[in-house]
Amino acid sequence: MSEMEAGPGFGEDGLTIAGRTLPSRLILGTGGFARLETLAEAIEVTGTGMVTVALRRIEVGARGSLVEVLDRAGVAVLPNTAGCYTARDAVRTAQLAREAFATDWVKLEVIGDEQTLLPDAVELLAAAEELVEDGFVVLPYTTDDPNLARRLEDAGCAAVMPLGSPIGSGMGILNPYNIALIRERTELPVILDAGIGTTSDAALAMELGCDGVLVASAISRAHDPVAMARAIRAGVEGGRLAFGAGRIPRRHYARASTTHEGMPDLSS
Amino acid sequence: MIRVNGDPSDVAAGTTIVDLLAQLDAPDRGVAVALDGEVVPRGQWASTAIEDDVDVEVVMAVQGG
Repeated sequence: MSEMEAGPGFGEDGLTIAGRTLPSRLILGTGGFARLETLAEAIEVTGTGMVTVALRRIEVGARGSLVEVLDRAGVAVLPNTAGCYTARDAVRTAQLAREAFATDWVKLEVIGDEQTLLPDAVELLAAAEELVEDGFVVLPYTTDDPNLARRLEDAGCAAVMPLGSPIGSGMGILNPYNIALIRERTELPVILDAGIGTTSDAALAMELGCDGVLVASAISRAHDPVAMARAIRAGVEGGRLAFGAGRIPRRHYARASTTHEGMPDLSS
Repeated sequence: MIRVNGDPSDVAAGTTIVDLLAQLDAPDRGVAVALDGEVVPRGQWASTAIEDDVDVEVVMAVQGG
């Protein structure tokens, strides 16, 4: 791979959020892996430095094997507040996560309904403000609304995580224009979160200027999760390189790549 | 009656959080506790006794996106 001439932040650099630099621009969601061994392999293959986890009621006799797997992999843990419908519940869940994982980082999710799992903007912003006040490093899962992203930035969030399409839907990036606008209009790292179905979706996110992507289901529920982990890593890296390289503008008509000058006259 | 994760329990009033976690055979890490919705910092688990008629939530790390 040749070195590109590009500004800082391009190329094979890490992803920096709140002063912490991760070795990969791919954050892996741990949800959906049928076996912990597969999760461990996927972590290794992606080269990710951070994975998400959730909290649920303990089952008696349950072992802490997930935490041990993540420990062995040497990855940072990003707890989520999945399943919360109110700011109050999300804040409590983040506080539980702080005690459980000894981290003040949180992927803030406040959803509005069970069917789409789309964020509830009002509750999300309220929770973000409260958690920032409480000293958390807040990474909110948000809609693809550039104005909401700005509001979350103003609230003191450490990154914004707009969705491409609903969680687990695999529909990719439904509104690339909005994702590009979010990148344009906030100073924060933009991590595309949710909706990625395959490699090209991850590449598109990076080509749009996203600083990273979070992928769970597309890898964990693929027919061969480890092979898909490898593919999506390649997509993230390729997309980032392409963004740094600067794509050609789209044109309505063709533009010859071969000069017309010196064409022989073969008509007579 | 102390309720644990929504269910009635035979946990005695005055039991500390550390003792409760031992009774539940909870893993050492990736666990957190709330009493009546208020999260109890890990450093207070040994000294916090659970009073009667309290709703206890004990959570642990699970896979999630």
